[in-house]
Amino acid sequence: MSTDPQRKPYTPPVLEFKSSTFFVPVLILYNNDLPAIEQVLQEKIRQAPDFFKNSPLVFDVQALNKHNYDLDIVALIDFLRKLGLFPIGIRGGNEQQNKQARELFLTIDAIRDSASAETRKPVIDEPAHKPEPVEQTVESVAAPAPASPATTLITYPIRSGQRIYAAGDLVVLSQVSAGAEIMAEGNIHVYNTLRGRALAGVQGNKDARIFCFDLQAELISIAGDYKTSEDFDEDLRKKPVQIYLQDRALFIKDIAKT
Amino acid sequence: MARIIVVTSGKGGVGKTTTSAAIAMGLAKKGHKTAVIDFDVGLRNLDLIMGCERRVVYDFVNVINGEASLSQALIRDKNCNLLYILPASQTRDKDALSLEGVGRVLDELSKDFKYIVCDSPAGIEKGANLALYFADDAFVVTNPEISSVRDSDRMLGILSSKSRRAENGEEPIKEYLLLTRYEPSRVKSGEMLGLDDVQEILSLHLLGIIPESKTVLTASNAGSPVILNDKSEAGQAYADVVARYLGEKRPHRFIDGKKGFFSKLFGRKS
Repeated sequence: MSTDPQRKPYTPPVLEFKSSTFFVPVLILYNNDLPAIEQVLQEKIRQAPDFFKNSPLVFDVQALNKHNYDLDIVALIDFLRKLGLFPIGIRGGNEQQNKQARELFLTIDAIRDSASAETRKPVIDEPAHKPEPVEQTVESVAAPAPASPATTLITYPIRSGQRIYAAGDLVVLSQVSAGAEIMAEGNIHVYNTLRGRALAGVQGNKDARIFCFDLQAELISIAGDYKTSEDFDEDLRKKPVQIYLQDRALFIKDIAKT
Repeated sequence: MARIIVVTSGKGGVGKTTTSAAIAMGLAKKGHKTAVIDFDVGLRNLDLIMGCERRVVYDFVNVINGEASLSQALIRDKNCNLLYILPASQTRDKDALSLEGVGRVLDELSKDFKYIVCDSPAGIEKGANLALYFADDAFVVTNPEISSVRDSDRMLGILSSKSRRAENGEEPIKEYLLLTRYEPSRVKSGEMLGLDDVQEILSLHLLGIIPESKTVLTASNAGSPVILNDKSEAGQAYADVVARYLGEKRPHRFIDGKKGFFSKLFGRKS
């Protein structure tokens, strides 16, 4: 075997760094009453168990510390974990809290929401010419949902009996079986057959719409207004449609004809 | 490490136990040491289909409770010495099974066996959940009728969310479809759902179609898995299923019904 000293043999790299963007919900606390926090959280999780299951979480105690409300973060982290959440970082903690967090292997102020704080402000504040900054109240609306509601993409079939909850828009590429239930606070897009139930705008967004490739749904609903399969126009069955709310009436329209 | 197969359906009476017996026998006949476990505690049937009901001393629950060792409870099949049956207890109910206990038994079996076939009870309660929890592969047994298809769909949802693989975020369970009690003539006349109708809803990897056959009932009553009858269409279909599962390529049969001698020679008229 002869080796060419000029040419280095190719060795695959051991590792590499890549930059990725993740959406992590931020839990902003306004009160240091742990039992009350636990109760509200449990309720939120009950409403959307799939959304919160195994979800990483950053908690923000800036507002608390501003008012000198002390919070036992060891106890907080403990019950967050018990609720099935994965606290990964703390934001706006004081010296004592940061030390405790570090001991529990949480990152400290490492996860800045520069993106959400900067992009969000112009979008939301643009129409109103309010001089006083209202960041805090804006964030309180979103908490404990992700800092900016992400689009949830589902690529696997949603089977009978399964429920999917999306805090933002929901895009489904596979079929949704009869007896399955998909819910979104925003719009729902199903690029396949929709046989189950689809509920868009579940937190009251009347502008949410449902788009589906093949309408065979059992029930469709926008912001609480619903229609069951029996009420569908026969011409619209198995058609690509969009569904929207106008003057409190639910419209189902053939996408090709709108 | 053994490969754990769950035979499941949601709905009762579709052929889970018949299928479990047939594929366990088929795998063993192909030279793989195989164990088949009856998870239907309280409604013990597998031992009858396998023809070993007279030799049951200890059962699955005894092993879980530490009242008997696995080697005491396993019954060696009389047709194939690579096949062992772990019967269910008839005097107990599903609460006698525990996740930890089932896990322990499967772990111990895994050391010695190549394949472990778990015959799931009907329903989506504890027995069925435990039967699928540790599975690597799932054979979803479905009849060509709408309620069976819906129940199978529900089962597929559970397989993808409540198994050990799902909980640990590992590669999901491999799901296969077995369409049983299929009657091509009734499909043609529109009385029965066809393969396409079923696949439109389930869209699964099809492992085989088992035609409706009188030989299945005869085999069950005789306590001899139908796969041992190579003259039976159902038996041949199960042999195909096992071969396909093990990686052989075999064309699907029994979809269009019987072809007579003449139509085979001259092709279809219409």
